[in-house]
Amino acid sequence: MTDSETRAVSWHDTVLKSLKANEVKLAVYVPDRVLTPLIASLHADPFFTCFACTREEEALGIVAGAWMGGLRGAVLMQTSGFATIPNALASLVVPSQIPALIFVSERGTLGEFNLGQAMVLKCMRPVLDALAVDHHTITRGDELGFVLDRSIKQAVAIQAPVVFILSPLLTGGKVFVA
Amino acid sequence: MTTAHNAKVMNRFELTKRLVGKLKHEEAVIGGIGNTNFDLWSAGRRPQNFYMLGSMGLAIPIALGVAIAQPKRNVVALEGDGSLLMQLGCLATVAQQAPKNLTIVVWDNGIYQITGGQKTASASVADLVAIARGSGIGKSAWAADEDEFERLFEDALKGGPSLIAARIDDKPGVGATDRDPVQIRERFMHGLGVRK
Repeated sequence: MTDSETRAVSWHDTVLKSLKANEVKLAVYVPDRVLTPLIASLHADPFFTCFACTREEEALGIVAGAWMGGLRGAVLMQTSGFATIPNALASLVVPSQIPALIFVSERGTLGEFNLGQAMVLKCMRPVLDALAVDHHTITRGDELGFVLDRSIKQAVAIQAPVVFILSPLLTGGKVFVA
Repeated sequence: MTTAHNAKVMNRFELTKRLVGKLKHEEAVIGGIGNTNFDLWSAGRRPQNFYMLGSMGLAIPIALGVAIAQPKRNVVALEGDGSLLMQLGCLATVAQQAPKNLTIVVWDNGIYQITGGQKTASASVADLVAIARGSGIGKSAWAADEDEFERLFEDALKGGPSLIAARIDDKPGVGATDRDPVQIRERFMHGLGVRK
């Protein structure tokens, strides 16, 4: 197994275990190449109800409804998808105090060549800061489980969304052939 | 076959009252933004009603989430034509997940009523029932009149997913929802038995 494969297995396994340990049974996503192993493992585990939807704000609506119905849920997306959700955050999730767990695969940095993704990434943290939404950029596998477990518990306790930005330093990111 | 061309133009508040009158088992109702939830509010407060104050287009996704969380409870999404046109992809998601306990009701007056009456695409070219069927929600129909609306709704509660569309007039909503999102959410969670 190569170094990148070892790293990839460990991060997505940690995410899955953290969700499970915190009774997060619903995962709704708009796909991302880097998140593919996590998405595959969520689909493969019958503990989870996991499915794709057509747009990121739709995923937030689904998870908001599920929370109100008593089911904890997570949303998975990539950076570009984040740019479609500020309205759903600002007019539903934040004012209604819904602990949506939002995982964002960080794209547009550390070697990516798509200017469109890079520009969207520059918007993400300022938007989250403007809305006072907690966000954690996770770069290290040895910190991942701690950050997720504590932050999921905090989100539920204080009834607030939290965003986990999964850095290429953690996931390996998307590998390009020069 | 679509019957939009000869469906009667009805009134949203009247139909909302009829719909609420059919709810006997603490069904959850998600009211889309604007006049849709104003009329739901005015048709009688229920702890199982969720009134949206923003996030246009998300009534159906929110209802889908509730339906997944509580598969034994019927869940109804009320949405306007403009809102649905903003988030058409959610129909395909509903069809794919196929929750038996989800009913979608679309009020179609062909205008963005609350912003000044600008025409929506459903006023001329877009048939929302045909779109729903094409998205995979086979049990989709236009209500020809009030009585058929009630029949379709009763049938929808027996097993879905279903979509009912009703042509409505341009009369404004009756009353206005209290705008306290935390209170609305908390009451709704009590109504669903999640909060004790």
